[in-house]
Amino acid sequence: MTATINWFKYASPPAFYPLTGTLAPWFFAAAAVFGAMGLYVGFFVAPTDAQQGEAYRIIFIHVAAAWMSMFLYVVMAFWAGVGVAFNTRLSSMMASAVAPTGALMTFIALWTGALWGKPMWGAWWVWDARLTSELILLFLYIGFMSLQAAIDDPRRADRAGAVIALVGVVNVPIIYFSVQWWNTLHQGASVSLTRSPSMAATMLTGMLLMALAFWMYSIAVVLLRVRCIILERERNADWVKQLPEPQR
Amino acid sequence: MNSPSLPDALRCVLWRDLLVAMRRRADVFTTLVFFVIVVSLFPLGVGPELKLLRTMAPGVVWVAALLASMLALNRLFAGDYADGALEQLVLAPQPLSLLVLAKIAAHWLTTGLPLVIVAPLLGLQFDLPAEALRILVASLLLGTPVLSLIGAIGAALTLGLRGGGALLSLLVLPLYVPVLIFGAGAVEASASGLGAGAHLSLLGAFLLVALVFAPWATAVALRISVE
Repeated sequence: MTATINWFKYASPPAFYPLTGTLAPWFFAAAAVFGAMGLYVGFFVAPTDAQQGEAYRIIFIHVAAAWMSMFLYVVMAFWAGVGVAFNTRLSSMMASAVAPTGALMTFIALWTGALWGKPMWGAWWVWDARLTSELILLFLYIGFMSLQAAIDDPRRADRAGAVIALVGVVNVPIIYFSVQWWNTLHQGASVSLTRSPSMAATMLTGMLLMALAFWMYSIAVVLLRVRCIILERERNADWVKQLPEPQR
Repeated sequence: MNSPSLPDALRCVLWRDLLVAMRRRADVFTTLVFFVIVVSLFPLGVGPELKLLRTMAPGVVWVAALLASMLALNRLFAGDYADGALEQLVLAPQPLSLLVLAKIAAHWLTTGLPLVIVAPLLGLQFDLPAEALRILVASLLLGTPVLSLIGAIGAALTLGLRGGGALLSLLVLPLYVPVLIFGAGAVEASASGLGAGAHLSLLGAFLLVALVFAPWATAVALRISVE
């Protein structure tokens, strides 16, 4: 008999639950380390921008949050789709756990974008293509979460959420390109987010470190949240009842 | 008992929904009046200057059409869900997605089409030239079926939920964005001399894609909600 890896071992909540408890602190630690390094590079090492002065430094938070906001939506739709296709409980729980973090990242991206926009463009908000599509992304996240919150039966909530997440993920590129076209038709390139292409290597390092920190933070938080969801949904299962008190 | 053939079943669903809508003419009328009132409020809000109104008109008419067709979505499945007819539809031997398509078609004929017919009149109130009115009607003709098709997914998902109406708008309105952009954009493009061809082609493409995928997604959503 050949030794095979059981790929689906951690697809069951009783097996996955202890794993999340072990992994989450490590990801939190990694987030703290990368965050500290990224912020140090961002604030003390990276040079002052020739055109934007010191104000550009918000990029180190803004870009990482914007990346995560888009990526997490795909992750959420992926898990929701897997949950419906294979009827695995844990996948749907992952989708529900990812959504609030994704919405938070979208909000941070919008907020820091506004803070950046005021000194650069003189306005908190401009109807730039990226800002607008990011705002619509936030609406999509909120729609997903509200739909799940409105349904009491968790299985129906999972599957209904999966439908709207998948419809959303098909629509995101369409929305993005239509907003972009709408924008170029309405106003010329008077406002553009594109910076000068040459970026100092230290800036790039800082951005990548911050992106890593946001990654680690997102994973850690999603793991913690999925722990809560597992406990809530499986509260009547034997293995939850047998957990020692402090872990419950 | 033999089950009816597919075309018969589709015709039956379409005819029945049209008949039900005609028996409740007030509902159809309400959507239309809502559309007219919302459009008429804008000049009161921003002032009667014709130049401003002319540039705003396509967007205003389109946003009002979006809201009106969204308000009507609740009626798409709610009545059948309440009296159990929807379960029979789900159990029927014919493919549910096609039956749903027939229902959506009936819904569009009773809510979307009246909006398209009234729109030129509202456009006149905003002093749109004849060419722009033609484009406005064409864009609405292509765009409002897309609204009904996408909206059907949301209506099926929120069936029987508390706070269904507000939730439905939250789910559906962000997905309406591309239709709004190209619908209103078509009129503006023709006004600025660019020609509306590209916008209308894209709206047509949206319609074709929605025709293929939306009934199917709606059928999946209905099965989730009904079971």
